[in-house]
Amino acid sequence: MLLIHCPYCEEERPELEFRNAGEAHIARSTDIAAESDEDFEKFFFIRSNPKGVIFERWRHIHGCARFFNAARDTITDRFLLTYKAGEPKPDISKLSSEHGPAAWANRPPDQLNVKPKAKRSTKGEA
Amino acid sequence: MAKVAVATRSPALAGKSVGGQGVSLKVLEPASRMSLRARPAAKAALSKALGVSLPEKPKTTTTKGGRSALWLGPDEWLVIDEAGGDPLADCASVKGLHSAVDVSHRNVAIAVTGPNAAATINAGCPQDLSLDAFPVGAASRTVLGKVEMVLLRTGEDAFRIECWRSFSDYVYGFLSEAARDG
Ligand SMILES: [Zn+2]
Repeated sequence: MLLIHCPYCEEERPELEFRNAGEAHIARSTDIAAESDEDFEKFFFIRSNPKGVIFERWRHIHGCARFFNAARDTITDRFLLTYKAGEPKPDISKLSSEHGPAAWANRPPDQLNVKPKAKRSTKGEA
Repeated sequence: MAKVAVATRSPALAGKSVGGQGVSLKVLEPASRMSLRARPAAKAALSKALGVSLPEKPKTTTTKGGRSALWLGPDEWLVIDEAGGDPLADCASVKGLHSAVDVSHRNVAIAVTGPNAAATINAGCPQDLSLDAFPVGAASRTVLGKVEMVLLRTGEDAFRIECWRSFSDYVYGFLSEAARDG
């Protein structure tokens, strides 16, 4: 069983208490009515689905019930870090990969998360 | 003469118990319960009105005079009163913004006691229930089997399980089976 560190409970708790809530830091436009159909599609449907590090929302639904964010490696399921909702997206290159899984061995972390070709519409702060 | 209908309450699982194998289960008496949500600004006034200080540290409880406040989340507490008090009424005069909901009859409480109490609960609860990780007074919302519960450690070998009334039959059955495996 995975142990996930809840930033509100301040300890690692079993994964059964948590629920994934999709990709994190997808900012809703401050003027959604003015969005083009293409931009809205990107905001609403298109997700990065990387092979490697992804930023996700999680909810400690059977614990403190709070939403928070996590950086997780989709290859190994390793959680690199978790942080409270509303905190800025951490710089992934600053995360230590020293204790990272084997899959990290030959690639720097910033190359794991290949950016989608279409530029995401992220008006406003995530 | 108009007929007056008098509702009689029938608590789920009233009086049930299981013993032996180093663990005993007992369905506890009905209690007053309140689900409390509040921002930090209202916390001090609510603590004062309730007569029990609302804990700020995760997974902790404060108990005073038959009334316990369990930390469930950063702005959420479960208040349990077993002394016949009415926590909802006590909060009514507090001016600060808060949400207090009476959930007395939503929950059923089961006491799990004995040297095998932790092992019995761990049959369906994935949390670390060692005394280091879950000391006396620790409380947490968590899972038991396929349902949610609130778990409170009342002694080294004693726990109080709070589950929803409609889940209580499942919880009691689950614990009874787990107790037999002990
Ligand atoms: Zn939590």
